[in-house]
Amino acid sequence: MTGRDLDPTLQRLLGSSEPELDCDECFAQLDRYVELELAGAPADEHVPGLRAHLVGCPACAEEHESLRALLELDSAT
Amino acid sequence: MPAPDTNPDVSALAAAPGLEEWHLDLHAQGARRDEAVAHLHAILLRAARFEVFRRRGSLPHLSAVELDELAQDAADDAAVSVLRRLGDFRGESSFRTWAYKFALLEASVKVRRRAWRDREVTLEPEHWESLAHAGPGPDDDVESGELLEAVRDGIRTALTPRQRQVLVAAVLEGVPIDVLAERLDSNRNALYKVLHDARRRLRAHVAAAGFPEVDE
Repeated sequence: MTGRDLDPTLQRLLGSSEPELDCDECFAQLDRYVELELAGAPADEHVPGLRAHLVGCPACAEEHESLRALLELDSAT
Repeated sequence: MPAPDTNPDVSALAAAPGLEEWHLDLHAQGARRDEAVAHLHAILLRAARFEVFRRRGSLPHLSAVELDELAQDAADDAAVSVLRRLGDFRGESSFRTWAYKFALLEASVKVRRRAWRDREVTLEPEHWESLAHAGPGPDDDVESGELLEAVRDGIRTALTPRQRQVLVAAVLEGVPIDVLAERLDSNRNALYKVLHDARRRLRAHVAAAGFPEVDE
């Protein structure tokens, strides 16, 4: 949605009309997506629809955050 | 509970990308495979402990031992999943990253379900009336009030009972989708599709009520 600052609850109720992956597709692509992100590559161009899914799905978003954080920890050790 | 990066064997693996080829031995037989499975389990346990540690705030009643048992269970289940789906690995990421996501999934689902185990999940559609608290305040304009009313009307009239149930529970009640799936004898992907369809119907209803920007 554009042109209006919606209440966050209304945003979560209405979601986005942007095309998005489902949870299974997100899981299948998550490892590739996070490695692209950490490499500074255009992950959203390589895996379209995954970012939109993370916005709409808190569970998948948490797992995305965790995988990214774990790989960052690995690279720091 | 040990810190997530204190397992010396796994830390060594994490710091040595050259050892990535070990996973090919998961397809082998005998002692080579046993050793590879042990490596796999150690990596999965590292990830599961990492996730449980990150989410431990939602489980304040669990002891360190119980948290570690949760991580162990998640690593065990993740190992089964990884071994069953080895053929899905296409090398589009490192094997370690690919395996990690299974452990993170298992651990996060277990944490969410444990956190909600003794909590009642209200699945009564009438609870969407709580949306009244999400709307504009007295200082907001008339248009915001009309938008809120269009959303409320959409929830009331445009959704199927199942869509209303899932949307209200997941968004307004804040029930994690994995918990909802467990209570409704479903799974995350199926419920997310219900949620996605509910949102699409709701946007269409609200757009038709004079707010086309919500469906752009």
